[in-house]
Amino acid sequence: MTTSETPLVRVLDATGRFTPSDAAEPYLPLIDAITDAELEQFYRDMVVIRAIDVQATNLQRQGQLALWPPSRGQEAAQVGSARAARPQDTIFPSYREHAVTRIRGVDPLDIIKLMRGVSHGGWDPSDPKNGNTRLYTLVLGSQALHATGYAMGLAFDGKSGTGDVDSDQAVIVYYGDGASSQGDVHEAMVFAASYKTPEVFFLQNNHWAISVPVSTQSPVPLVQRSAGYGIPSVRVDGNDVLASYAVSRVALDEARSGLGPRAIEAVTYRLGAHTTSDDPTKYRGSDEEQSWAERDPIIRMRAFLEGRGASAAFFDDVETEGADAAEDLRSRTVELGPPPASKVFDHVYSEPHPLIDEQRAWRDSYESSFEGGAK
Amino acid sequence: MPFSKALNAGLRKAMEDDPRVLMMGEDIGKLGGVFRVTEHLQRDFGERRVLDTPLAESGIVGTAIGLAMTGFRPVCEIQFDGFVFPAFDQITTQLAKLTNRHEGRLSMPIVIRIPYGGHIGAVEHHQESPEAYFTHTPGLRVVSPSTPNDAYWMIQEAIRSNDPVIFMEPKSRYWQKGEVDVESSAVPLHSSRVVRTGSDVTLVGHGAIVTTLLQAAALAESEGTSCEVVDVRSLSPVDYEPILDSVRKTGRMVYAQEAQGFTSLGSEVAATVMERAFYALEAPVLRVSGYDTPFPPAKLEGTYLPDADRILEAVDRSLAY
Ligand SMILES: Cc1ncc(C[n+]2csc(CCOP(=O)(O)OP(=O)(O)O)c2C)c(N)n1
Repeated sequence: MTTSETPLVRVLDATGRFTPSDAAEPYLPLIDAITDAELEQFYRDMVVIRAIDVQATNLQRQGQLALWPPSRGQEAAQVGSARAARPQDTIFPSYREHAVTRIRGVDPLDIIKLMRGVSHGGWDPSDPKNGNTRLYTLVLGSQALHATGYAMGLAFDGKSGTGDVDSDQAVIVYYGDGASSQGDVHEAMVFAASYKTPEVFFLQNNHWAISVPVSTQSPVPLVQRSAGYGIPSVRVDGNDVLASYAVSRVALDEARSGLGPRAIEAVTYRLGAHTTSDDPTKYRGSDEEQSWAERDPIIRMRAFLEGRGASAAFFDDVETEGADAAEDLRSRTVELGPPPASKVFDHVYSEPHPLIDEQRAWRDSYESSFEGGAK
Repeated sequence: MPFSKALNAGLRKAMEDDPRVLMMGEDIGKLGGVFRVTEHLQRDFGERRVLDTPLAESGIVGTAIGLAMTGFRPVCEIQFDGFVFPAFDQITTQLAKLTNRHEGRLSMPIVIRIPYGGHIGAVEHHQESPEAYFTHTPGLRVVSPSTPNDAYWMIQEAIRSNDPVIFMEPKSRYWQKGEVDVESSAVPLHSSRVVRTGSDVTLVGHGAIVTTLLQAAALAESEGTSCEVVDVRSLSPVDYEPILDSVRKTGRMVYAQEAQGFTSLGSEVAATVMERAFYALEAPVLRVSGYDTPFPPAKLEGTYLPDADRILEAVDRSLAY
């Protein structure tokens, strides 16, 4: 099967018209049931996170952050899938899921702490305010195995598959087209299929792994990879927030009900650089970037909402909320002080360890040997 | 020329000299690598000799092994120190042991380049010092140049070696400039080198910290202490004679490294020096290293990484014996 023959779930075309593809047929009742308030929320999510993302990119350029991986262009895939998850679900992100984490309640400043070099983690996944969102993972693909093990644990503990969608739990794990080449992702699929985990593999195919095109990772659509492991898999237009929402909702509900893992390939595009250290002009053409800019998920959703009669006041309101969120992030970022030096020795082990204790004590006495005492 | 350009020139020379040399790694082609060490090599040697691989480190090293079996000499780039671990299995269980298992009928002329170490303020997994994992593995050769000239020559020697070489590149030095003498004879793969002479204390280290040792030596001199500085350059095997000669002269030694101290290269060198030069020593060999903690978030690098002050503190302790 070639790319063009692989069915793609899409309901909104690039101009925001409601023109469902054949593959979207089964999802239409679910999409019809989305309320106006929810539609507006999807749009609001995308705009606000983009404002935050642009702000973080600027902060990096101004030397405030070590690095920033922008999510620009991938908002619809992230917002759709995150809004489809239920509160009791657990999220395993990679490192670009800024929209997902924000929707689950993680403060973007916690991501900033990681990228500024203040923290290795940032947030507490067990704090209810963070919506069961596990930490970002920088080693590509590692989290796919953790997600699978977590989902195995849920199944072993009877926390999924009881038939109650309000309490049954599922897991959703995010990774990229490049990461899909890692052994860990393949091994995760083997375990998931064997143990019928309540889990959704959510692959954001943004077409580039830094400078390497997706064609180097796979000559066939990536959705066929997961299918090859016996995991029912769908390919969705990841720049269509409604389609992303619908396929994720169905996949998560199927997974949570005990049917086993599901996989989604969201076809999207990284509009900007891989990270702030990257120079995309070295490896891709501006024509390609332009053609994807025309399929920008936010523009598409805005046109759709306008077609349904959303007011100018609504759009203004969303703009303001984005600007405020970005400004708030900036002011809190520049106020972030350095962590205390003793943090180096904290939490290396859960229990006391003589070598760490000795080195901590050595450092304390070394520092206090300087005039003026410890730094 | 900068260290990264010297490496690039050395790689280019090796590719010109031997058509069986090929490069493989993530983003090394069009982009020229995230540190631009392989810049323009794909343009000039083509996609068959400079491969932008799929994003799979185990795949890179594992297929390099197969390529070597057919007579190629692959040079693999691991993008950052913290990402070598997906390939660790292939490196330690296969690459390191194949010659031994084949009772010498097979050699493994593979170089694995790893940018390593701190001082660039990066995020997690982008600044680690995993060299001891490799020096602990029999069957591997491990080296780390610290100057552009050494980088230029040692990469060529590594590629010429019929054994697997783990080539550790101190990434904070990529932009450091220095003379490269392309006319002189090659720098041998396994030789340590005295980079500054002195008479009171021998300072020894590898990789980026050699620069810090030189700073410490300069500061010590202003306080009347004369330090000799030795760059180990080859982490496995270690070329001990220049180190021992120096210790026999000064009677004191401090080993400094960015890596954690416990079971590290510094531990090994210190133990060996005590075994072989015991009667020459006026004081125990001291080690200064990163703490035995994970490499901290970038804002705490300064606390973690040994600086000239911490080295001088050890010099003072040594002199106090
Ligand atoms: C195991 C590992 N190898 C290499 C890297 C360096 N690296 C970081 S992101 C990246 C590209 C990832 O591409 P993809 O999985 O498509 O995700 P995207 O960044 O496009 O969202 C690379 C090579 C890493 N983080 N982990």
